[in-house]
Amino acid sequence: MKEAKMLRWAVLFLLIVVNASANAQDIGKYFHPVKTNVSNTDQDGFIRRWRLLEPLDKPIRSNAGFTDTYLREVFSKQYFKGQMTAIPRDGQKVKAVHTEMELPSRSFRGPAPTDANGKPLEPKEVTKKETLKWHELESENYNVKLFRFGEAYGNRLYGVLYWAVTLIECDTDMEDVRLAVGSNSASIWWLNGEEVLLMSGDRRMVVDDCVSKRLTLKKGINVLRGSVVNGPGMSDFCVRFLDANGKPLNQLKIK
Amino acid sequence: MKRIFIYAALSISFSTVKAQIGEPFIHDPSTIQECDGKYYTFGTGGGGLISSDGWSWHSGAERPGGGAAPDVLKIGDRYLIAYGATGGGLGGGHNGRILTMWNKTLDPKSPDFKFTEAVEVASTDGNEDCDAIDPGMLLDPTTGRLWLSYGTYFGYIRLVELDPRTGERVKGNEAIDIAIDCEASDLIYRNGWYYLLGTHGTCCDGVNSTYNIVVGRSRKVTGPYIDNVGRDMLQGGGKMVIAAHDRVVGPGHFGRIIEGDGVEKMSCHFEADFDQGGYSTLGIRPLLWKNDWPVAGEAFKEGCYEIESERRGYSLELAVDFTRLETARRWFRRDQNREIKPIEMQKLSDVEGSWPTGRVGVRCNDFMSRPHQRWTIENAGRGGYMGQPYYKIRIEGTNRVLTATAEREVVAETEFTGDDNQLWRIDMLTDGTYRIMPKAVPGTQEKLALVSIGDSSPTLAAFDFQSDNSKWNLKPLK
Repeated sequence: MKEAKMLRWAVLFLLIVVNASANAQDIGKYFHPVKTNVSNTDQDGFIRRWRLLEPLDKPIRSNAGFTDTYLREVFSKQYFKGQMTAIPRDGQKVKAVHTEMELPSRSFRGPAPTDANGKPLEPKEVTKKETLKWHELESENYNVKLFRFGEAYGNRLYGVLYWAVTLIECDTDMEDVRLAVGSNSASIWWLNGEEVLLMSGDRRMVVDDCVSKRLTLKKGINVLRGSVVNGPGMSDFCVRFLDANGKPLNQLKIK
Repeated sequence: MKRIFIYAALSISFSTVKAQIGEPFIHDPSTIQECDGKYYTFGTGGGGLISSDGWSWHSGAERPGGGAAPDVLKIGDRYLIAYGATGGGLGGGHNGRILTMWNKTLDPKSPDFKFTEAVEVASTDGNEDCDAIDPGMLLDPTTGRLWLSYGTYFGYIRLVELDPRTGERVKGNEAIDIAIDCEASDLIYRNGWYYLLGTHGTCCDGVNSTYNIVVGRSRKVTGPYIDNVGRDMLQGGGKMVIAAHDRVVGPGHFGRIIEGDGVEKMSCHFEADFDQGGYSTLGIRPLLWKNDWPVAGEAFKEGCYEIESERRGYSLELAVDFTRLETARRWFRRDQNREIKPIEMQKLSDVEGSWPTGRVGVRCNDFMSRPHQRWTIENAGRGGYMGQPYYKIRIEGTNRVLTATAEREVVAETEFTGDDNQLWRIDMLTDGTYRIMPKAVPGTQEKLALVSIGDSSPTLAAFDFQSDNSKWNLKPLK
């Protein structure tokens, strides 16, 4: 009996290891660990080095309600300490505590869930307590596949809120540059603490979908912080800076 | 009589662009195919629509297998049907499968109507960056090779090659990623360019759906498909072909219809038609080509128009006396006491009494916005053709209708009989001008169009897309 139990544990352990290594193999197609202190934007100007937080649980059934007002409410909410100020390190953990309105069913397909009498169920307030880890990664693609990141490191694929941070180091002030972003789905971006882009609506990831007003990348370290929210569908984003002539900046130092 | 004219005026001023009539309700329609004089399109969930004229549509097409978003292509004397055996879903499973099958006919009442056993030509495992649904097919006219694109928002749109003899996947063929973050793709070829059409935006949200169709193009069928600003469709690029407009929203699932030289149309569904209870409805629009880019033309709206010849720029009019407007002549010299107020346009009642009471010839002349040059174009209520009804063309406020004669000329008769020589087919051409054709010309089977044989002289002759003589501009009048 004891041997049988041990065998079960051994099989379970083996399954976990195999599963973990399968995930690791999968994630390798999309990300690899940071190995150097500094990298550059790629030849098309895309920033590939990011600190990504494991996805927060955001029980959204549809992206249809991603209005500016709704998104400002979502993105201005406090989820974890240092959300708008900290420069996270690889492996650093945060405790996220937040309340959400949630339906009993997390289904993303078919009509809204109903009770036994066919009456639509009302969402209820639920307090979420999550411990999430930051990961410092280089993307294998111009677009950062959050869906695959969430699959490897998170425990949910849909109904998610991602946080991303990167650092841009400049030797001199760079005036009249613009931030260009594509994201799936809605997102918000802050440069050095100032909101520079809000991308509302049920968006697909399209290169240069939204472009900021003229900005200045200051000499030294600039902090670019973003958050992407998605209900159903594959989350991802792509980010680059454009110069005054609309050409991508492909030699920016990224830390 | 007066009451009739008031009613007619009201019905025109409040008219909207009608969708196809009948029961044109469908989602994800396949490219429209003609079979034995009828038109067919298949949709998600099995089944589809049939039309005998392209204007009035009813359910009745049959397709086994259920699933999503089929496409149909005629190869030789057979029809190849491709469909997604699964339904896709943004938050659900992505183990997609694309199947193909043949039929000798699309007519379910034909004794030859029998589908072959469906074969799988593409699939996805549920975890890879693709969901094998929404197939679109192209038989490359330059090589005879058969291509199939598929995929949805879950990752990439992919391209595979099929054997046009069997409809099966070419052995050893590897799928190629050609676009990202779109669905309902379709491939077409024109003038040395391959075009990849995809649908962006939100599907399946009724009147709030933002579905829209975009395009990229490539010199090679395998891509890269680049949009008008140089963006690869693998980067989400795409130039708009058709979006929501007026009382229809959410166009998706492009299909190309070539009706003749310079006459092309596109099919799609509208996620919601406000005039059809918000249901998903078959849409058919003119397909224009601007700088080798496809763009949907506007659906023709009933109303009052100047009919201008592309040849010289003269406009169609009744051959009646030009009646001068007698107003004080204004000159351009400075006048300290000049009085500026609007001048009334010439009215029908000012001139109609001087017109002959019977048949009157028509000609082209300088457009002066006079009553004999103002044509009301309205649904004749006598059937239709691909995507539109036949029209009655009459001088505004009268019953003087444009009529094709047995002499292959055009005149204005005083009464509308509803005969085929008074029913006009108006097609927006691929360059944005129009072809105007009578449904029939008495005494001949020839298909003739309204043509400028001289600057001032219209006639009926064979349509030639290469000649401006065959083209007309329809300019709306207040």
